[in-house]
Amino acid sequence: MKLTLHVWRQKDAQTQGEMVDYTLDSVSEDMSFLEMMDVLNQQIIEAGDEPIAFDHDCREGICGMCSMVINGQPHGPQQGTTTCQLHMRSFKDGDSIYIEPFRAKGFPVVRDLMVDRSAFDRIIQSGGFVSVGTGAAPDGNAIPIRKEEADEAFNAATCIGCGACVASCKNASAMLFVSAKIAQLDRLPQGKVESKERVRSMVVQMDEEGFGNCTNTGACSAECPKGISLENIARMNRLYLQSSVSPT
Amino acid sequence: MSILQSNIPGGPLSDKWTNHKNSIRLVNPANKRNIDIIVIGSGLAGASASASLAELGYNVKCFFFQDSPRRAHSIAAQGGINAAKNYQNDGDSTYRLFYDTIKGGDYRSREANVHRLAEVSANIIDQCVAQGVPFAREYGGTLANRSFGGVQVSRTFYARGQTGQQLLLGAYSALSRQVAVGKVKMYNRHELLDIVKVDGKARGVVVRNNATGEISSHGGHAVLLCNGGYGNVFYLSTNAMGSNATASWRAHKRGAFFANPSFTQIHPTCIPVSGDYQSKLTLMSESLRNDGRIWVPLHKEDAEAVREGRLRPTDIPEDRRDYYLERRYPAFGNLVPRDVASRAAKERCDAGFGVNKTGQAVFLDFSSAIERYGEEQANLKGISPSDREAVMQMGREVVSAKYGNLFQMYEQITADNPYETPMKIFPAVHYTMGGLWVDYNLMTTVPGLFALGEANFSDHGANRLGASALMQGLADGYFVIPYTIGEYLADDIRTGSISTDHDAFKAAEMEAKGHLSSLLSIQGKTTVDTFHRKLGKFIWDYCGMARSEQGLNYAISEVQALRDEFYNDVRIPGKLDELNPELEKASRVSDFLELGELMCNDALNRKESCGGHFREEYQTEEGEALRDDKDYAFVSAWEYSGDPKAPNHHKEELTFDNVELKTRSYK
Ligand SMILES: Cc1cc2nc3c(=O)[nH]c(=O)nc-3n(C[C@H](O)[C@H](O)[C@H](O)COP(=O)(O)OP(=O)(O)OC[C@H]3O[C@@H](n4cnc5c(N)ncnc54)[C@H](O)[C@@H]3O)c2cc1C
Ligand code: SF4
Ligand code: FES
Repeated sequence: MKLTLHVWRQKDAQTQGEMVDYTLDSVSEDMSFLEMMDVLNQQIIEAGDEPIAFDHDCREGICGMCSMVINGQPHGPQQGTTTCQLHMRSFKDGDSIYIEPFRAKGFPVVRDLMVDRSAFDRIIQSGGFVSVGTGAAPDGNAIPIRKEEADEAFNAATCIGCGACVASCKNASAMLFVSAKIAQLDRLPQGKVESKERVRSMVVQMDEEGFGNCTNTGACSAECPKGISLENIARMNRLYLQSSVSPT
Repeated sequence: MSILQSNIPGGPLSDKWTNHKNSIRLVNPANKRNIDIIVIGSGLAGASASASLAELGYNVKCFFFQDSPRRAHSIAAQGGINAAKNYQNDGDSTYRLFYDTIKGGDYRSREANVHRLAEVSANIIDQCVAQGVPFAREYGGTLANRSFGGVQVSRTFYARGQTGQQLLLGAYSALSRQVAVGKVKMYNRHELLDIVKVDGKARGVVVRNNATGEISSHGGHAVLLCNGGYGNVFYLSTNAMGSNATASWRAHKRGAFFANPSFTQIHPTCIPVSGDYQSKLTLMSESLRNDGRIWVPLHKEDAEAVREGRLRPTDIPEDRRDYYLERRYPAFGNLVPRDVASRAAKERCDAGFGVNKTGQAVFLDFSSAIERYGEEQANLKGISPSDREAVMQMGREVVSAKYGNLFQMYEQITADNPYETPMKIFPAVHYTMGGLWVDYNLMTTVPGLFALGEANFSDHGANRLGASALMQGLADGYFVIPYTIGEYLADDIRTGSISTDHDAFKAAEMEAKGHLSSLLSIQGKTTVDTFHRKLGKFIWDYCGMARSEQGLNYAISEVQALRDEFYNDVRIPGKLDELNPELEKASRVSDFLELGELMCNDALNRKESCGGHFREEYQTEEGEALRDDKDYAFVSAWEYSGDPKAPNHHKEELTFDNVELKTRSYK
């Protein structure tokens, strides 16, 4: 198939960016979206220009590195998938595709479609862990955990830290990402011990990084490639409230 | 005597590690604060080592090329992690895990290292649970297990199909905690370009900040390479796109010996190649072989009809199917080790029974499992087994609970629904058993330079068993290096901080810049990927699942020619001192082009078949690998001579005092 691509090009965070148009012939529907981008880049390099910079690594939907807004949707039109899992059979001959970076104050553009998401690392550093040192662990079966609870903790833990939730939110809120970690650890006895301190410090860090407030629009969960549930946000809000009422 | 000192402690096998730990030198806490450690990589090995060493009090600097440490390639591991917990009461033990790993590796690994790995395996699970890793659990609240290829006990712990992700996020959280207290400094989007040696010891690194292009030096008392495997030498592999050999190869050029480079693992269950644009291959977890049955049509005419789309696999009756693994290996069936399963698939496809357009695929079929589980459920729920639709529906639900995400992944990529029609799979490059040679303390042949995780060669011999890489990465990082590094650093407590003003740093920086500038200045016509693809094809065809003297010699000359062409004709746009992804790739490919040749040399030198290394000249009448324990029970360790065409060969003889060397049989 033949496609027209409108791609955001921006040299760096300081420089103004713009949409640039490209056409691509003979795209196979079995290609992944990123393979289509590879083909485009080969074409650009052969023409003597600089290729489009974008982040990617695993190309199987797990590392959270890829990050494109495709036709207005973070990770593109398909539900429950990342950019790298999108295949060209989701498009048809003659389509125009708009490709932009994840946009948010907390995610400055590095170049073109690449953004800086290190704010997420700093939020995790502020409390997204259990304070246990290597070697200090009891036997793995010492504390039984209800299967349902373990499964729910797992569901929250499947967040890949991609930032699509932020990119899809009109307030650029990071609540879904932050709440997923808080809820995962709060559901497990190992993590629950520090829940109150954790929620306080992670919320402070989240605000410091410039992410917006949550106004319950729910776009985050709808666009999240891992289907992280809004219930995590509710749980986090409850915990936050509890921890402000009784801090210890 | 060999110049390779493996430093394996004396005493009986099961006491070696304990005795070693008791006699190892320690660095006291006050002195640890004055010692800086550089870690390259934030995967399971790098993150667990960084966190554990920082907890002990060392100052750690951790470098990795992704934008966040949580994105290291370990994140992609699906199936699980082994540990000799014997929670299932099925006869597992430290010894059995040790034995299975030695045997699975086709008797080409070190007994002492493997035993230590088995010993610490149980602690890993405890540690991860304490960090909040949500492993799968039984209804009673205890940890669940599954079985994996090549063994007969159920010792694999898992978190649905995302075990690597959950383990890495656990290690990442431990790492983050140390970043918060200031004991670890992280350098994202940084790529190692060189190891700096001062007075023969590794004392630092030269790195490039890929986001800005800035090249800088960092000093430390020891350097830990946790940079993962080099499977991407093949271009197409299940590794992440950025996985590379650069850190290992540059270390090799600075004196670290490379061990068994040709020992690569070709994983039997991956999604086949679909076209020339293919950028990577996707693994379908080995756990699928617990329930999926592998087959091809029994008759060539059926295979041909399937390839041409005239016949659907579901229309081929049972008696016209060849479940070739069950036929050839009745004892293990579909659960034979990876090397055996991969070769058997190749054998059928080469013989003309392949089932996709290119003839390079076999079926992985879940219909029997769906039926079996459905009938079980029907019995449980008191539903008549004659209601086939209800039975199959319940069966599909059970299968979905086990493998739902994998099935979904498969369907997204291929547009086929594996609940309705068998998956098509083919072997793909997956893991590298070879790597930097290390002694028992995980130190390379360069003093102060250590290698952990997939980057070293130590534990998996000629073939790795499923779910053992995650175990090894975390064993090395959490439980081995925190002890063994003391032995080396105990001499360094009075050294003081390592200054990068030393000439060695300046020279290495200049050299690194010079290499990149010269690549940029070529301004040829051919893109980096084109070279990488060509290299990958040579290595796959001649140093992949089957190797021969003639093929290897041919590949060596082709790789040499390709390397010359690369240095004459590669086109890299952009500049040195800015973000430049093509330059990053070119730098990595320049190393693959040398490593590829070494792999072929290694395969050529080893005139036997063992594990993943299958030399066509050395096979039994039934087509099984023919080992030569008399002449080849050694580790090949290659020394860089200054000329990639003429490496020096060293041997570390392997001694087996505790297991009897047998022909591996899975029949
Ligand atoms: C798809 C897939 C599924 C798998 N499933 C399983 C499984 O179920 N069970 C199992 O046991 N094993 C599995 N494996 C194998 C296992 O995942 C890996 O062997 C293991 O995770 C490697 O961990 P590591 O820490 O050694 O390296 P990695 O996780 O690869 O980390 C390498 C690190 O080094 C950094 N790095 C690399 N080069 C440089 C450089 N030049 N400069 C700076 N930094 C650099 C990277 O940024 C990264 O942080 C699987 C592998 C694949 C590909
Ligand atoms: S919550 Fe979803 S969208 Fe947000 S970072 Fe996690 S996986 Fe991505
Ligand atoms: S590249 Fe890893 S999630 Fe897309």
